[in-house]
Amino acid sequence: MSNFKLTRRGLIKSSAVVGAGLAMPTIITSTANAYTNEPKGGTVTLGFNVPQSGPYADEGADELRAYKLAVEHLNGGGDGGMMGTFSSKALKGNGILGKKIEFVTGDTQTKADAARASAKSMIEKDGAIMITGGSSSGVAVAVQALCQEAGIIFMAGLTHSNDTTGKDKKANGFRHFFNSFMSGAALAPVLGKEYGKDRKAYHLTADYNWGYTTEEAVKSSTEAMGWETVNAVKTPLTQTDFSSYITPVLDSGADVLVLNHYGGNMVNSLTNAVQFGLRDKQVNGKNFEIVVPLYSRLMARGAGANVKGIYGSTNWHWSLSDEGSKAFVKSFGEKYGFPPSQAAHTVYCQTLLYADAAERAGTFNPCGIVEALEGYEFDGLGNGKTTYRADDHQCFKDVLVVKGKENPTSEFDVLEVVEVTPVDQVIYEPNHPQFAGGSLGTCNPGT
Amino acid sequence: MLGLNKKDAGLLLVVIGLTVFAPFILNPFPEGSALAQFNAGYPDLMQRLVIFGIFAIGFNILFGLTGYLSFGHAAFLGVGSYAGIWMIKLLTLNVIPAIVASVLVAGIFSLFVGWISLRRSGIYFSILTLAFAQMSYSLAYSVLTPITGGETGLQPKVGDPRIFDSALAEGVTPRANLFGVFMNDSYELSLGSWVFTFNAGYYIAAFFMVIAFYISIRIFRSPFGLMLRAVKSNQQRLNYTGIQSKPYTLAAFVISGMYAGLAGGLLVAMDTQAGAERMFWTASGEVVLMTILGGAGTLIGPVLGAGFIKYFENIVSKINEGILQAWFSFMPEAAQEFFVAIFYPFIGKGWHLTLGLIFMLVVIFLPGGLMEGGQRISNLFKKKSKSDTGSGKASPAPAE
Repeated sequence: MSNFKLTRRGLIKSSAVVGAGLAMPTIITSTANAYTNEPKGGTVTLGFNVPQSGPYADEGADELRAYKLAVEHLNGGGDGGMMGTFSSKALKGNGILGKKIEFVTGDTQTKADAARASAKSMIEKDGAIMITGGSSSGVAVAVQALCQEAGIIFMAGLTHSNDTTGKDKKANGFRHFFNSFMSGAALAPVLGKEYGKDRKAYHLTADYNWGYTTEEAVKSSTEAMGWETVNAVKTPLTQTDFSSYITPVLDSGADVLVLNHYGGNMVNSLTNAVQFGLRDKQVNGKNFEIVVPLYSRLMARGAGANVKGIYGSTNWHWSLSDEGSKAFVKSFGEKYGFPPSQAAHTVYCQTLLYADAAERAGTFNPCGIVEALEGYEFDGLGNGKTTYRADDHQCFKDVLVVKGKENPTSEFDVLEVVEVTPVDQVIYEPNHPQFAGGSLGTCNPGT
Repeated sequence: MLGLNKKDAGLLLVVIGLTVFAPFILNPFPEGSALAQFNAGYPDLMQRLVIFGIFAIGFNILFGLTGYLSFGHAAFLGVGSYAGIWMIKLLTLNVIPAIVASVLVAGIFSLFVGWISLRRSGIYFSILTLAFAQMSYSLAYSVLTPITGGETGLQPKVGDPRIFDSALAEGVTPRANLFGVFMNDSYELSLGSWVFTFNAGYYIAAFFMVIAFYISIRIFRSPFGLMLRAVKSNQQRLNYTGIQSKPYTLAAFVISGMYAGLAGGLLVAMDTQAGAERMFWTASGEVVLMTILGGAGTLIGPVLGAGFIKYFENIVSKINEGILQAWFSFMPEAAQEFFVAIFYPFIGKGWHLTLGLIFMLVVIFLPGGLMEGGQRISNLFKKKSKSDTGSGKASPAPAE
């Protein structure tokens, strides 16, 4: 700091500059909308925030296809898809409340920061009235909190962690997808029936929030049934080779391996486990078995023949034969040439549910939407009778227990539905210990 | 003025002017026009531009002056973020304690990391810092989940203690503020079909960036800065003359760590969320790219580089196929298909590809970064080259 000489003139000049700089940004007001991004023209903008790069890019691409299909149907194009089977008839195929739907897309990169930046630009720059998407719970929780703050509705996409509608639930956020607890509750009886009630389980768990909640859910429901948990080992999310985690399983005396993994993690760990010959082993006089709590068709495809006979749970599967599923699979298949994944299904439903809520409420005001969705019962969207519970904005519906197909007929036909667990078996109290600690707050319409 | 020579004072005034009028500069296209896609004058991006500007200015104090290439600077940004968000959760929603704490905590953490890493130089130093950063990332992502929130990260909740604040009214979402001014408060000015947004949070962040830039000028021009340059040009000779260089490099490391902490604290103040992926090695790599792209060792280069990369990340990544088709819709259908097919890999999720190509071109043809480009252009007009301007000439050579 060699030439820091304080002269009277220098001081006056400097302070004048600083003063001018400070005085500049003093004009601050809020805009005159009734709620954030109130649509004024003949169109309304929705924000589709999905991973287009990173580990869940496949799911993201499928979600985006479903969003485009939903917009087409809502605007009156195509064959209408599930709009025809949906129990509510408020949607007229002329957009939402007579306004044509436009959309903007963004890349979450499966990172909370990037997802929030992308969502913020949709809200601030493009004037999106609703944000939807996400295919990891970290992203969903982060964007949900952002939407609560900004006064925008968030319709969660693929997020399975208990926290999204548990300790991180928000009044402006809604989840159609099922969660870890439901997976555990639906799987346990089937596993008990197939594998017996005196099994010893060994868990490999992806070392992050979703892994924790899934492990806890599966553990508590299988233990309640009589299983014993031998060990639960955390594996880093970035792990690609699971050999070193599989070897100790053989010496542990366990006879079931539970893989609380998703996406690429699950593909690799399952492949490793099968390569190590776990499934041909006999332990404690029983066949060694592997369980994958959360299945998706895209993952099953990645793991190839290794998924044969392995049990898991899923939110929806294209082979379901109810009217809604059939209509959806038909219009998706006609447009894209292959059946939709469960991620595509859940985001399609979310878009329809949002549009329907806006129609019924007669407004885009988030508080009106929240009121219309809370406690709303509907049918015809592929999952049977479904309720949006008012206490935590979680959808309650039947859960599918699936098994890797022994004789797949095509690359899409890899899972078969073993059992449809009725909603009464997977329901829980809003203050259940696995969900406690959060508060919904009240709806925020922004300014 | 303020202890600066005329040229530097001019530069500072230019930076102040740019930041104050950024809402106009970044929104050159009228609302609703096809080119509005390229407008960057919305609050979130403007905030990010100045915050990552601060990050890059700080990184440049270490890399540009001493030549020590740290590959783990995102760790300090992340640590600053976590410190900031805890202040917001525990003390008050006012952002001042968060920003102060983030700078201090990042400073202490960088003192620790620097003290160990600076035992080595060159590639070994880079690897050590990278290791520390990845370690911090892994800890934050899983082991330290009770403190960091793991993958989900941390956000302010209605039920947080906030011991200095009175209780929130029923149904109010906690939002960060500065003495009652919320970070997302904006004033919108409509002139014809143009809309300009003046955002409170942006101006607060910009205020910090101007101060950070001023301090950086003072460091560049000080004897301390000269000593850091000496480390870069020949550390061995410096040691032979009996000068201990480590205190200087450590000081530079801590200063740049504190800059990163400030950036982290501001990120949290503007958008109250802290997550572990902020510390991932790609984030550390990004600030290296920013600095080199803009011009390492120059005063304003890193700020330009940061702006360039953030602009690409947020604007180019959002151009999707539909928009592309609209652009070429005036052509016959075959030509439209052709141009869409050609440009499609470079937009949307392909923005990394575009950025990579530009980065390659800059490094190959303009080793001094965008600043060198600017200088070459101005030299063309002046018809005479100044031999030494004190900036823009430094090449990004690694430390020896």
